[in-house]
Amino acid sequence: MSGLLTETFLAALLSGAVVAAVPLILAGLGEQMSERAGVLNIGLEGMILGGAYAGFAAAVGGWGIWGGFAAGILAGMALAMIMVVFCVRLGINQIIVGIAITLGVTGVTALLHNVYFARTYPRLPAPEKWAIPGLSQIPLIGPGLFDHHLMTYAALLAPFVLMWLYKGSFLGLNLSAAGEKPEALDAAGIDVTRTRTTGALFAGAMAGLGGAYLSEIGSGIFVPAMSHGSGFIAIVLAMLARHRPVWVMGGALLFGLCLSAATALQVGGVEIPTDFIQMLPFAMVMAVLIAFGRKARLPAALGTPYRRGQR
Amino acid sequence: MTYETEIRADPATGPAQPLVALEGVTKRFPGVVANDAVTLEFHPGEVHALLGENGAGKSTLISMLAGVQQPDEGRILIEGVPTKITSPKHALSLGIGTVYQHRMLVPTLTVAENLQMGAPWYRRPDRAAIREKFAESCRAFGIDIDIDRVVGELSLGEQQQVEIIRALWRGGKLLVLDEPTAMLSPAGVRELGRMMGRMRDAGVSIIFITHHLSEAVEFGNRVSVLRSGRVAGAMSADEVAALTPEATRARIVDLMFGAGVEGDTKIERRARRDHGERAFEVVGLSGKSQKGDTGFSDVTFHVQEGEIFGVAGVDGNGQTPLAEAIAGQIPCQGDVLLEGRALGRADVAKRYRLGLRYATDDRLGEGTVASLPISLNMVLKQIGRPPYWRGGVQRDALIDAHAESLFEEFDVRAPSIHTPIGKLSGGNIQKVLLARELSGAAKVVVYNKPTHGLDLKNIETTRRRIRDGADNGIATVLISTDLEEILSLSDRIGVMVRGRMVGVVPNGPDARKRVGAMMAGESEE
Amino acid sequence: MSEMTEAPRVAAAPRLPGWAKPLAFALLPVLAALLAGALVLWALGSDPLNYYTYVVERGLLRTRGLQASIVHMIPLLILGTALIVSFRAGLWNLGIDGQYILGTLTAGVVAPKLVAVMPVVPALFLAMLAGAAVGALWALPPALLRAKHGINEVISGLMMSFMATSLAAAIIKLWAKDPASLEPQTSTIPVEQRLPLLPGTDINLGIVIALVVTIAAHLAISRTSAGLKLRILGLNPAAATHAGLPAPRMIVLVLCLSGAIGGFAGAVELTGVLGKMQASWNPAYGFAVVPLVFLARMNGWAMIAFVFAFSVLSIGGASAAVRLGVPQSFTMVLVGFLLLFLALAEWIDQTRREQA
Repeated sequence: MSGLLTETFLAALLSGAVVAAVPLILAGLGEQMSERAGVLNIGLEGMILGGAYAGFAAAVGGWGIWGGFAAGILAGMALAMIMVVFCVRLGINQIIVGIAITLGVTGVTALLHNVYFARTYPRLPAPEKWAIPGLSQIPLIGPGLFDHHLMTYAALLAPFVLMWLYKGSFLGLNLSAAGEKPEALDAAGIDVTRTRTTGALFAGAMAGLGGAYLSEIGSGIFVPAMSHGSGFIAIVLAMLARHRPVWVMGGALLFGLCLSAATALQVGGVEIPTDFIQMLPFAMVMAVLIAFGRKARLPAALGTPYRRGQR
Repeated sequence: MTYETEIRADPATGPAQPLVALEGVTKRFPGVVANDAVTLEFHPGEVHALLGENGAGKSTLISMLAGVQQPDEGRILIEGVPTKITSPKHALSLGIGTVYQHRMLVPTLTVAENLQMGAPWYRRPDRAAIREKFAESCRAFGIDIDIDRVVGELSLGEQQQVEIIRALWRGGKLLVLDEPTAMLSPAGVRELGRMMGRMRDAGVSIIFITHHLSEAVEFGNRVSVLRSGRVAGAMSADEVAALTPEATRARIVDLMFGAGVEGDTKIERRARRDHGERAFEVVGLSGKSQKGDTGFSDVTFHVQEGEIFGVAGVDGNGQTPLAEAIAGQIPCQGDVLLEGRALGRADVAKRYRLGLRYATDDRLGEGTVASLPISLNMVLKQIGRPPYWRGGVQRDALIDAHAESLFEEFDVRAPSIHTPIGKLSGGNIQKVLLARELSGAAKVVVYNKPTHGLDLKNIETTRRRIRDGADNGIATVLISTDLEEILSLSDRIGVMVRGRMVGVVPNGPDARKRVGAMMAGESEE
Repeated sequence: MSEMTEAPRVAAAPRLPGWAKPLAFALLPVLAALLAGALVLWALGSDPLNYYTYVVERGLLRTRGLQASIVHMIPLLILGTALIVSFRAGLWNLGIDGQYILGTLTAGVVAPKLVAVMPVVPALFLAMLAGAAVGALWALPPALLRAKHGINEVISGLMMSFMATSLAAAIIKLWAKDPASLEPQTSTIPVEQRLPLLPGTDINLGIVIALVVTIAAHLAISRTSAGLKLRILGLNPAAATHAGLPAPRMIVLVLCLSGAIGGFAGAVELTGVLGKMQASWNPAYGFAVVPLVFLARMNGWAMIAFVFAFSVLSIGGASAAVRLGVPQSFTMVLVGFLLLFLALAEWIDQTRREQA
């Protein structure tokens, strides 16, 4: 064991944890906003995957890494539009539409992959890292935390930006009202449909961006179904974090650490099954639910369509 | 009716122009005329008390003023200009602020956040300003609430004060208060009255909607009575000012309960009769609804065989949880006795079998399962019991035969007994519900607002059922907010106010006055 | 899920025969989905007609394909039943994959030992029961959380499911590994000691078990008092209280029953097809079955039809993946389209009725 606890190993572990956490942070923050507004986006998994494909294809096609991020955001928002039209506007069941989106995107991206990449398996070059001068020299956490692609820093800053936005503007207030008591928001003269649309589209954009990060930075390749359930984990993170963006990041980093540790230990050839480590975050969520279960509550109007004058 | 006189009021004497006026406003919903040619006016610096029972059309009236719904006929004038109020936002911009009966605050947000709501998302909330403005309003209206508390933790009265302040800020000219006293304690009501007075003095026009006559007399400068969607009568500000409170009260009682005109002569009281054994007793029963926060405490009464015991009272004074406790749906303290035997903790099915039945007022919400056929809804409280089930297996032939015979007996109009009950009209759903509760060995039946929301024909049918049932020996408890109904059916009448049974009177010529007085808040010595 | 109401036994459509409207409402979305799928194929440079005929030929018309399709139905049918039981009660047991995995593992551990000491039939039967018991146990925490604290069973179910996947792998690696194998997997049940094949086919007895379970559950839900109570809980919880049904106790019972059936599905597949549990085994059937159950509107008979169609599509699609180069994931696209169009059809139907 002692051989494992080298500085390089731990730094790689930390660095891997951050990279694994970023898609969860982004998608989780998006879902948080959507849920807060009353739209449960079960299609998040599909939006991540859609973003992953679009981002990768764009980057391979010569748009560059940032072009890929833009493509990922667009793909996610396009998918979220389905959610908006079907669920927010028409009031069709959110769970059914969400599952349909996830299924459809999983299939379509696999098909596209098959047509364009299955023979060549293109790989993107390792992302350009930007080491923060000074900080990255700190032993252990320097290379672990402060030597990443710019988007990684952006993702780590995103919760704070959102926190500032929620606190410093009417955004959080309007979203909460749309999710808790839409008729109150409507009576206050704010359009509930538009507020919910904003939340749903933001979730799509963030999931798409997270997906693009996953394929462009995380792995450098696109593999069908590469999101591996991270959409669902992001949903759970958002539900548990409630209104607190920083909690989403905390939870995501914890997941990331477990994922990274599992990989690292495998590489290190350790005997303990890494599966136990992979189980850890889920077990923790269950423990939290059991311990603080009474307090865990979802927005009152989550999943229910709003129509004026209907009680 | 009041149309002519009110609109053509002499501009020289009355306030020159009403702030808001309704002219012949009519609103229809499928099967109901909620508002029928309603004409009213609201002046600045005046509290206009609007009295009426549930279903009198007050909510519809408010929703039209608040821009949630538009009138089918007639028009709304704002400062003399005919105006279409197209949305809640528009109503606010016209100066009309509304405080609804059901809370319109977001319970998970703080007072400050709720007060600020209504700005586009990109704006920056000005916390210092709101704090100052709130403090100012608190001073002006004598309120003491911490602006940083989460609304869900405030008392109902405090929540309402927050809502009133918010409505005032947003609207400012006309403040609509929809039954603001319904959930308040007596102290809360007094406080509200003071607050309204101060706002009136500041020049605000207030619409004060209430069931309570005494409150209308105490707080209103002008009083109008709504009945079945029409203005049944109005007292102008001059009239109110000229009369003593007692005279005002007497006049309003006449308007509300229609004494003389279409009142007592029209009521056919149930013939007096001798009743049998004491069949049903409730002793010191207390409990609380699981849905809302209304409850009832220390209720005691008894009903004899063949007797109809009316429970009068304004809606939401604990009648429904009382009925639910009797039916065994919610936990309670105290005793329920059926033919002298305490029922203890017997569940719904057991009570049903023993003959204690409850016909709920929430017919589609809890009384029936909309997508199940009529036949199964008829045996909803006997699931798994013989003869309809044997060894857990459903016996369709028996269930169908049972349903078929009740179908005939209760004259249910539907394509067949297999039609999902949700497709039936309200009247037919009620027939199925009554069939279920009256079939078999019904000994005691509790009816909760049995004719609420029905059309005239079905109201008649239902009342006849209730009367016939009692004539056949059923001890009957009739909960209703419709005083006419109580007076025409009951032998004795208990009145519920704020969860307590404040008095019981025998039905008779003076019952209307005595019950009305108790409902208005005067306790029967 | 409020729009998921029970199909009325008597349709009220005037003049048209009673079955015409439901049939049209089932078929139109299917046609639309096939058409949309064809567009996708065409856009990606495949010949849709060629693909569809190939799939049907390989999955349905050829004897071997048909048999493979039928074998593929076994776990899907039982899992679908598990979902119907919980969905009908208005409970969303999305932890189904975890219950399946642990049921499979339990049977994989127990069955080889049992067949060594007793006759095959009781041994496999016991293994299935054990699988069901573990499935029920795994559903218990979400059930209790829902019944006691009202915590959404979807989140806790998914958590339990993710945990189960890792837990099963860990158990195999640590304690249940077949020493004779290099791969982390349980001991293999000898082929002759697995569920017997139906005479003259490659189809094992599991299909009979699956059909019996599906139909029995359907009858129980629609014909017994327990089933009616379950439906009332799902259709109108307030009416359940009004009729005096013990809602919290029922929630626990229903979720555990659903979990038991989920675990049972794994055990049946293990004793019939797999023969051993591999640490990496996680077919995520739940994701395929949930939409099928929605499409079937939680009706057992319709579910059998949809599962059959899906199996044909999967088996035929697997061959097509090899031959035509269209990946199997295309079936997911079709199911996704189907769900969307079905939801849309239901919405149109509802709006039309409201306006009428």
